[in-house]
Amino acid sequence: MKKRSEVLYFTLRNKKLLIGSGIILIFLILALIGPSFTQYKPLDYASPRGAEPPSAKFWMGTTFFGQDVFSQFVNGLRATFVVGLLGGGLGTLVGMLIGFTAGYRGGIVDEILNAFTNIVLVIPTLAVLLIIAAYLQVRSLMMECLFIGLTAWPWAARAIRAQTFSLRTRDFVDLAKLSGMKPLRIIRDEIAPNMMSYLVLVFILQFGGAILTAATLDFIGLGPTNTISLGLMMQYAVLWGALPFGMWWWFVPPGLAITAIVGALYSMNVGLDEIFNPKLREI
Amino acid sequence: MRRYLIRKIVIYALTFFLAVTVDWLIPRFMPGDPIRNMLTRVSVASNATAIQMMYDYYARLFGLDLPLWQQYLNFWKALFQGDLGISTYLFPTPVVDVLKRAVPYDVFLLVPAILLGWYTGNKFGAFAARSKRLDNFVLPLSYILTATPYMWLGILLAWFFGIVLGIFPIAGAYSFSLRPTLSLTFALDLLHHWFLPFASIFIIEFGGWAIGMRNMIIYELEAEYSRYLNALGSPKSLVRKYAFNNAILPQITGLALKLGVIVAGALVTEVVFSYPGIGYLLLAAIQNQDYFLIQGCFLFIILGVLIANFVIDLVYLVVDPRTRRGMVGESA
Amino acid sequence: MGLKVENLTVYYQTLRGDVRALEHASFQLADGEIMGLAGESGCGKPPLGHSLIVLFPPMKYIAGRVEVDGEEIPIWDAEGMNTYRFRKISLIPQYAMNAMNPIRKIGKMIGELLEARGVDYKDMLPELKRRLDLVSLPHEVLNMYPIELSGGMKQRMVMVISSLLNPSLLIADEITSALDVATQKAVAEMLVEFRERQFINNLIVITHDISILYQIADSILIMYAGVLAEKAPTKSIIESPRHPYTRLLISSLPEVGVRFAEKRLMGIPGNPPLLLNPPAGCRFRERCPLAYERCLEEPPFIEVDKDHFVACWKEYENHAQAR
Ligand code: SF4
Repeated sequence: MKKRSEVLYFTLRNKKLLIGSGIILIFLILALIGPSFTQYKPLDYASPRGAEPPSAKFWMGTTFFGQDVFSQFVNGLRATFVVGLLGGGLGTLVGMLIGFTAGYRGGIVDEILNAFTNIVLVIPTLAVLLIIAAYLQVRSLMMECLFIGLTAWPWAARAIRAQTFSLRTRDFVDLAKLSGMKPLRIIRDEIAPNMMSYLVLVFILQFGGAILTAATLDFIGLGPTNTISLGLMMQYAVLWGALPFGMWWWFVPPGLAITAIVGALYSMNVGLDEIFNPKLREI
Repeated sequence: MRRYLIRKIVIYALTFFLAVTVDWLIPRFMPGDPIRNMLTRVSVASNATAIQMMYDYYARLFGLDLPLWQQYLNFWKALFQGDLGISTYLFPTPVVDVLKRAVPYDVFLLVPAILLGWYTGNKFGAFAARSKRLDNFVLPLSYILTATPYMWLGILLAWFFGIVLGIFPIAGAYSFSLRPTLSLTFALDLLHHWFLPFASIFIIEFGGWAIGMRNMIIYELEAEYSRYLNALGSPKSLVRKYAFNNAILPQITGLALKLGVIVAGALVTEVVFSYPGIGYLLLAAIQNQDYFLIQGCFLFIILGVLIANFVIDLVYLVVDPRTRRGMVGESA
Repeated sequence: MGLKVENLTVYYQTLRGDVRALEHASFQLADGEIMGLAGESGCGKPPLGHSLIVLFPPMKYIAGRVEVDGEEIPIWDAEGMNTYRFRKISLIPQYAMNAMNPIRKIGKMIGELLEARGVDYKDMLPELKRRLDLVSLPHEVLNMYPIELSGGMKQRMVMVISSLLNPSLLIADEITSALDVATQKAVAEMLVEFRERQFINNLIVITHDISILYQIADSILIMYAGVLAEKAPTKSIIESPRHPYTRLLISSLPEVGVRFAEKRLMGIPGNPPLLLNPPAGCRFRERCPLAYERCLEEPPFIEVDKDHFVACWKEYENHAQAR
């Protein structure tokens, strides 16, 4: 009981966490309700005059083709959150599966899984994604999440393995083993709860990583073929001369949003780390 | 030490094998007939001889009527002969030649940007850990930098220095008006074009390594060997020196592990600046549905990353006495 | 002249307030005295041991004086202490297994440390080698990395390093916990040897293990809940302890040589008080079988016999009557 109130106390006092989650919340709200504030679809040619700077009619201006940047932006935000949540979530899940198994079983299972993790880690995953994406003619957002999740897990697996390793040798796990609990139950009932905080941190990092990967894929034209995304906005901006024509309203918002969201996630991560690890708290 | 090296080589060989297999598998497991898919979409479709050549080429290379293992062997054989197919986008140049032209630009751009970013980032991170004031300023800034997508920083730099201030070119590796020669004018022009892409990769790397080093050194300053030095009245400079020497080791391993991600980011930067390395080539290949070129880029990237990784391992061997004396089996 | 500690008080600062980890500690060590420091975990041994050499946050100096060979030592001054560390007061840390920089050859590390303290390594080398011989380490260790040494070798190496500049006071913190019994004994004997050869003058051995003290210590200091309970020559502590806590402690050992503090004291019901807000009076009161009204005040640490100090009202009264 005392412990819980202490965590709450530090949560409310931790600036890094508060600022981080505040920024995430703002963008999340924008992604959720933003699209209902504009009458234009992201790819509609809304303005007959082509590129226009921000105005009362087009809050963030229009693209070279006269599309509404605000509409693209808020819809792109949606895609960003979906990728972070699903791609990052899947990456965490696969990482948990492999990391827990390797760390808990040890021995030869660990050797093999660890070697496998290291191999996947060394391969530039983007290159693999690229080749898969290139051969698929129609790509959906869900597929992108799937690909990202299935290639992003090694970091999570490594971290979770190490942590499981150290927990495995603790007394309470021995006790559970002695009392004849099945390995899966031990992981679920004894190890996972003790790692909950750690898993949250891993998920946050995977969330941010997935967003950055998606931006890269989208930017080189291998993102979803049927949705707008922040990465795609930047690609169009670069390809259609936003730079030489100085159409900053086209390329500044998407990159800024990604930076702000990922930065906010990192900040939350550091903040939560301080809350979970009393050692890091400043006295 | 021999064990360490052999182990590493085996892992890399396995990785390469796996990557090539993936490269072979993917076109065959995608829905539809790969040859027809490609041919209907290649951009040279207006050229009849080209189509015929392409068709023969694909048919021979894919050999779809052969048993799978035969196809697979053939694929490897072609690979060892340096045959990666013919580019459709730059028809009829062989993919290998296209790539060979691009690689020097990559080396010229990536090696300095990554190494300098790593080195200065580490130095600065260690420095920032010294004073609370500096730390409070550097830390948030570094976190923002690592959160920045590579292409966006590239775009911003290109826009500000290239368009607003107009002091740097924003596209290409050298001016259109110049021919590549061994003259000072050309060399300066090359550097002029190189600077912005270099800077945008460098800055992001710098931020990431600075954070890593800062966190690592704070951890090392709490380590028991540091506490012992303190107990024996050692001056701070010696404690910091030891902490840095220890903290740099995981940073070296980290560089090897993150190389894949870094290279991906760097390739995207090339796209922003139309810098004629593999990244830029890749964009062209994707837009022109040039599958051989895409696959070639894939293999080159993987090969490059693996080689770089191996070099880093060799460096690690020199730097960490423990691996050198064969006392630690594995570090990465 | 030895060591003189007066009214030493050190707190741990935490967010919930000060933990009063060490209060009003006063004692003296005669020239050449080897003192054992014992008590349950959490009784205040580390604050006492560490405050004499490195007081690091969250530990905070509150009050008290420390003198070594008649010279006052500024233990509250983290920087100023550097002059005294290693030369005057030195430490064999609990973590001797990891005390040496893993990526430096041991000889080079010693060299760099000595240079940093203004001592010439070359001048020191013959003496260093003599001492390696003394603890039967081959001279080659100087050319090795710590990871190439066994646990026992590392322990001996750290002993040699820590005592290299002939400090007046050497603090050995749980030196033996990582070693097997035979090595423990050898290490303990080497420490005595160091004193015989006057490498060191005083030695404080902080330990869980009373049997080690029985072998090497001239005197034993027992602490309880952040205050001194009893200090006396080893023989007296073992054979005729006076403080109720010491008595229970000694009698709860089936035989001398059992580590007692890992397990809670079986024979004494209850736990030591929390030091965040310790109760007034004798801190052992709640567990003491002899407690009476007077124990609501704090008992003074007085000499009841020659070199035998106790903090207990019962003993105080007996002593007063006897006089
Ligand atoms: S002072 Fe009182 S309570 Fe404390 S030990 Fe003596 S008799 Fe027991």
